[in-house]
Amino acid sequence: MAEISYRDAVTRAIAQEMARDPDVVFLGEDVAKPGGCFKATVGLYEQFGGVRVRDTPISEQAILGAAMGAAMTGLKPIAEIMFSDFIAVCFDYIANEFPKARYMSNGQTKCPLVVRTANGAGSRFGAQHSQSVENWCMMIPGLKVVAPSSPVDVIGLMAAAVRDPDPVIFFEHKSLYNSKAEVPDGEIVDTLGTAKILRAGTDCTIVALALMVPRALEAAERLRIDHGIDCEVIDVRSLVPLDTRTILGSVAKTHRLFTVEENPRLCGWGAEIVSIVADEAFYDLDGPPVRITTPHIPLPAADIMEDVVLPTPQRIVDTVRKSLGS
Amino acid sequence: MSTTYDLTLGPVGSGLNDDIGEEKRLALFRSQVRLRDSEQRAFDLFLQNLVKGTSHLSLGQEAIAAGFAEAMQKGDLSFCTYRGHAHTLARGVPVEKVLGELMQRDNGLMRGKGGSMHLTSEEHGVMGSYAIIGAHLPIACGAAWRAQYRGDKDVAVCFFGDGTTNIGAFHEAVNFAAVWKLPVVFVCENNLYMEYTPIKDVIPIPQPAADRASAYGLERILIDGNDADVVYRTAQLAFGKARAGEGPSLIECLTYRHSGHSRADPAKYRPEGELEKWKEHDPINLYRERLRQFGVKDEVIAEIEASVRKEVDDATEACKAAPSPPLDIITTDVYADGGWAWRN
Ligand SMILES: Cc1ncc(C[n+]2csc(CCOP(=O)(O)OP(=O)(O)O)c2C)c(N)n1
Ligand SMILES: [Mg+2]
Repeated sequence: MAEISYRDAVTRAIAQEMARDPDVVFLGEDVAKPGGCFKATVGLYEQFGGVRVRDTPISEQAILGAAMGAAMTGLKPIAEIMFSDFIAVCFDYIANEFPKARYMSNGQTKCPLVVRTANGAGSRFGAQHSQSVENWCMMIPGLKVVAPSSPVDVIGLMAAAVRDPDPVIFFEHKSLYNSKAEVPDGEIVDTLGTAKILRAGTDCTIVALALMVPRALEAAERLRIDHGIDCEVIDVRSLVPLDTRTILGSVAKTHRLFTVEENPRLCGWGAEIVSIVADEAFYDLDGPPVRITTPHIPLPAADIMEDVVLPTPQRIVDTVRKSLGS
Repeated sequence: MSTTYDLTLGPVGSGLNDDIGEEKRLALFRSQVRLRDSEQRAFDLFLQNLVKGTSHLSLGQEAIAAGFAEAMQKGDLSFCTYRGHAHTLARGVPVEKVLGELMQRDNGLMRGKGGSMHLTSEEHGVMGSYAIIGAHLPIACGAAWRAQYRGDKDVAVCFFGDGTTNIGAFHEAVNFAAVWKLPVVFVCENNLYMEYTPIKDVIPIPQPAADRASAYGLERILIDGNDADVVYRTAQLAFGKARAGEGPSLIECLTYRHSGHSRADPAKYRPEGELEKWKEHDPINLYRERLRQFGVKDEVIAEIEASVRKEVDDATEACKAAPSPPLDIITTDVYADGGWAWRN
């Protein structure tokens, strides 16, 4: 066991997979010698050399296209898109190329790659460097979508993503890079498509992702101590595949559902979960499912404004209390 | 015909140079006739409503597909566009498989799941046909990167149109390939038009690909894309360079499509006489004459034409008799486990 940061977990995860499999290669802008814009890949260039860890031009389409061509022909590339907002300039690969190649070719073409990218707000970077865009990817058949909230999950889910035969979009949260937690020694490999119940409870289910997970846990703690409300907190971890069984099982027990989403309101991932619960567990519910999201606005840059728009532990506490009538 | 030949590559324009040899010449001829007949058949079947959706033919452009494919070795990889039937066939994919896909039958290359714009046959080195302009140039770079990384000797060959040179992915890919010295060959088929707009209206230089090569430190290569010998020799030089680890090439091939852009486009936007002028430089007539000049007998030529016709006729009949694909494949192969499950 050792305490490591989420940032160092990224490096350790990539190193674990590169050491295991010579087909794993890593490319992106400023990722090799400089160690990444967020310093999440420091040391990989030194450890694995410039043939396996490569800096690219500022060419997001070339980065993702090259990753795809390499994946189709036998490598297991990890490609970095520096900020997830930049997915918009290479969305063709995410929307049209990676996820459709296998289907359109009737199973001939494979695309085992990972796109890792820094997602989310909290750095006061404004509307083009702070977005949570996991829902841009969740809507596309053929992709898998992962967003870990802790160092151990970064390692385990990255390993699972690299070993997965399908294209995986791996969202790291930039406000979690400095967070630390205990991580076991040795190889760590997790399973995609598994949610984790981080806190058991009986009064309501709170489903969260990435940065919203520690906020949901903090809210749950305050709700218990200050208001006697016992919340179950689920970290979704993987949007595709989606572990609906864990969520439905929890709702069957608590009878209330809250989602905590950083993405803007419309078509956020929570809407899909609420829809599934409404379809399949309507009679388990004692009240309407409630979505706690960022409002449907571009993100403001100033700290006091950014802090107001993201779901906070206080907002989660207030919303849960109001909904449960306590 | 004003055609500029590349000076750096040697005498690629001299047709009467006997370096190619009769066996290869007959293969180049057979391939071109096969592409012509198959595309003509696809058009006829389209008019009979037996080819559904869309189709983008390479009628008039056969020398490029044939010339490059004949210069490729087993293991070399082709990346094509929606105008990809010819490139797919030229790698040896059976006519029946291609027509079957166009006719949306169960015997099609992808059993109807891809359609005419996405022909793929990995066993023949056809790594997909891409319908988003420019998307496959970076993808070809990736395949070339794998070859470079592993020390494999195959080359990635990427075909695209003149209009594609104006999209960002073209510039990202050519720059990337040049900087990483990748074994990829970019082949611009300049048929003078995008869909309906002449390329000259949308570029500030005369040649869409050749005149951009210098920006990426590459040689300016502009060839007669209707002369299969010229194409074949140019391809060999570029492949040799790629296999030697000397990096990418960007080759602009001048050509002309005899049909419209897609489906039954009557191509009314073309100036009068332009098609006729290009038909005088038809790649197949040109090559038939070439064979005669080298002393190939008319019977040999006729035999090739007849056997190709039979292959296309037989393929057509097989496709007409083939069933539609079963509906249970609608949800297969979304994910690598063979299915489409996104939840438990
Ligand atoms: C990104 C994108 N923009 C536009 C189109 C629509 N489109 C399909 S083919 C075509 C013309 C392409 O011209 P060119 O590159 O010269 O190829 P050609 O069809 O002549 O072979 C256009 C505009 C597309 N498929 N993808
Ligand atoms: Mg064109």
